[in-house]
Amino acid sequence: MKTAPALNQKLPRKPSTIAAALAACLLAASLGASDFSNTRVNTTGLAITEDTVTVGQLHSATGTMAISETGSIEAEQLAIEQINAMGGVLGRKIKIIVEDGASDWPTFAEKAKKLLESDHVAAVFGCWTSASRKAVLPVFEKDNGMLYYPTFYEGLEQSKNVIYTGQEATQQIIAGLDWIAKEKKAKTFFLIGSDYIWPRTSNKIARKHIENVLKGTVVGEEYYALGSTSFGSLINKIKLKKPDVVYAIIVGGSNVAFYKQLKAAGITSDKQTLLTISTTEDEVLGIGGENLVGFYSAMKYFQSLGNPNNEAFVKAFKAKYGEKAVIGDVTQAAYLGPWLWKATVEKCGSFDIDKVAAASSGVEFKGAPEGYVRVHESNHHLWSKLRIGQWEANGQAKVLYESELIEPNPFPKGYQ
Amino acid sequence: MLLAYSAPELWSIFVMQGFSGLSLFSVLLLMALGLAIIFGQMGVVNLAHGEFMALGAYTVYLCSQLVQNHAPALQPYYFVIAIFVAFVAAGLTGLLVEWSLIRFLYKRPLDTLLATWGLSLIMQQAFRSTFGAREVTPTLPGWLMGSFKPTPSIDIPINGVFVMGLTLLLTFGVWLFMYRSRIGLHMRATVQNRTMSGAVGINTRLVDRFTFSLGCAIAGVAGAAFTTIGSTGPDSGSRYIVDTFLVVVFGGTASLLGTIASAFGIAQGQSITEFFLEGTMGKVAILLTIVIVLMLRPKGLFPSKVRSA
Repeated sequence: MKTAPALNQKLPRKPSTIAAALAACLLAASLGASDFSNTRVNTTGLAITEDTVTVGQLHSATGTMAISETGSIEAEQLAIEQINAMGGVLGRKIKIIVEDGASDWPTFAEKAKKLLESDHVAAVFGCWTSASRKAVLPVFEKDNGMLYYPTFYEGLEQSKNVIYTGQEATQQIIAGLDWIAKEKKAKTFFLIGSDYIWPRTSNKIARKHIENVLKGTVVGEEYYALGSTSFGSLINKIKLKKPDVVYAIIVGGSNVAFYKQLKAAGITSDKQTLLTISTTEDEVLGIGGENLVGFYSAMKYFQSLGNPNNEAFVKAFKAKYGEKAVIGDVTQAAYLGPWLWKATVEKCGSFDIDKVAAASSGVEFKGAPEGYVRVHESNHHLWSKLRIGQWEANGQAKVLYESELIEPNPFPKGYQ
Repeated sequence: MLLAYSAPELWSIFVMQGFSGLSLFSVLLLMALGLAIIFGQMGVVNLAHGEFMALGAYTVYLCSQLVQNHAPALQPYYFVIAIFVAFVAAGLTGLLVEWSLIRFLYKRPLDTLLATWGLSLIMQQAFRSTFGAREVTPTLPGWLMGSFKPTPSIDIPINGVFVMGLTLLLTFGVWLFMYRSRIGLHMRATVQNRTMSGAVGINTRLVDRFTFSLGCAIAGVAGAAFTTIGSTGPDSGSRYIVDTFLVVVFGGTASLLGTIASAFGIAQGQSITEFFLEGTMGKVAILLTIVIVLMLRPKGLFPSKVRSA
């Protein structure tokens, strides 16, 4: 996974390189374009030559999280390939250094350090779990790197060095609860989660919203260890309490066991409303659509979205990764990363991290498969819509509801 | 929390709760049976036991893919055959592992620990390279899904009943084999006194190989049965292994009865505490209980009376 060492740290000495640079300048000048020579767009010694720019990709290709992160790796590589086919960024082709965080948080930190300190990459697309992001954050802040993070997450974080292309918790939770309360006249909720930070923080926000805004009641709140496969007692409690809505944030391998057991226990969508914020097309592939039919997911993206951007995206994704490939919310959010970075670099005419970080605010991407997105004016998260999808037996969701663009609010007042 | 409900409601919850405890019991017992033979009888700490379960599960997945692509008509029946295939596949792999690895380490139990842990990593990576990192689920025949309703408010999951039946059958088979067959007699004799068994003409090497392979084969069946409950990923095995050792150690290592009692106790305890507390706290409560019991009875619930060196 090595590429050529950074050539830009010294001024070009070889006559041929100088000639090429001169030619490029002349060409640029003759076209009346601005001067994008290395001395102007790269003042901090990043791995950029006159015709390439190197970026890093840091996900888990091995270990537990590989299940989830594979989609993100694929989407980012697709985006970069498409950008290169359009001529790259400021006339430079993107080269990728791929590092494997191996589902191990210290490894993530170590690899982030390598990417920033010895590879001098211009941007990193990566991380998936909050734990991995928390592990690399100090590295990115110390070495002044740029991370594009794709996963929907619990919020309560904001950094100059990170662009969050997934939704923070309030964007995903509040609009979804509002919809289900209105649509199903729901008053009682049963909150369920896998036992770690994201489900717990999200359920905390959900509980506040249910109790304070919707004036409903939470009749149960339960957490099961990651990887847990026996939900018999939980299911009996659901049967006993008969909540209007089961609100589920179960992740990973537990998903399959949970939904299969729900179905086996006779809890199906004709008798029980269930809303989840943790199940995308990726998970449904493992669970089996038939076990989820009629249940709802609240996400910003579903593969079935019928807009031209998305149709082109799905087609390109399948052409590259096979007809059977599915695209979940995070995969789409990961796809946004390289495009937003390109738009930002072109907006400020520089690869310098400080300039990119400052210029990110307000950057738009009109070609997003989820529809128009824009980086928030101050907090580095995205304005995005929330959609409610209802699962069908074929593993795709029918989109029933679409909100307006929702402002990201990573530090929600009254929800902590 | 129970006062607000009517008697029939409480009754159906009681029945279903009892069933979910029984169903967890059969899962735990199924996991622990193979290990009870390998660890209990041979004293080999097989940390790759979970991977043998995953191997069984992947075998069922392979069979399901084969049937789906080549003989869709067999769909309703393939599962039963797939369980046999999983038994054979895991057993043969066990045989190979014993021959190539374990037999050199019988006198070095701590090295076995390391070697089998290494083996488990190798197997996990092999699964990942072969089947990919995503978790997979075989297509299950329709008759395994859904629930059986004795009254309108009681749902008994059919896959739970299936796993329970399989567990009973297998446990009975293991008992029959160990205590009522000649080769089972050889196995127990070897455990009790290896030198003496050799002296009376038992081929102890062969018995070892056979015992290890049988334990692995049973793990394969357990893995196959779990495909009806959850999904299978490259690291599924490492999720099973802790519970498996817990059951075997808690039960007392060398007794089949101990394993059964321990699985039953842990399952019912966990199921009940989960109901009255919640998932994570239930698990905490049950682990604490086990720690305390093991402090009072270090050799487990049913320690064996005769120990061989």
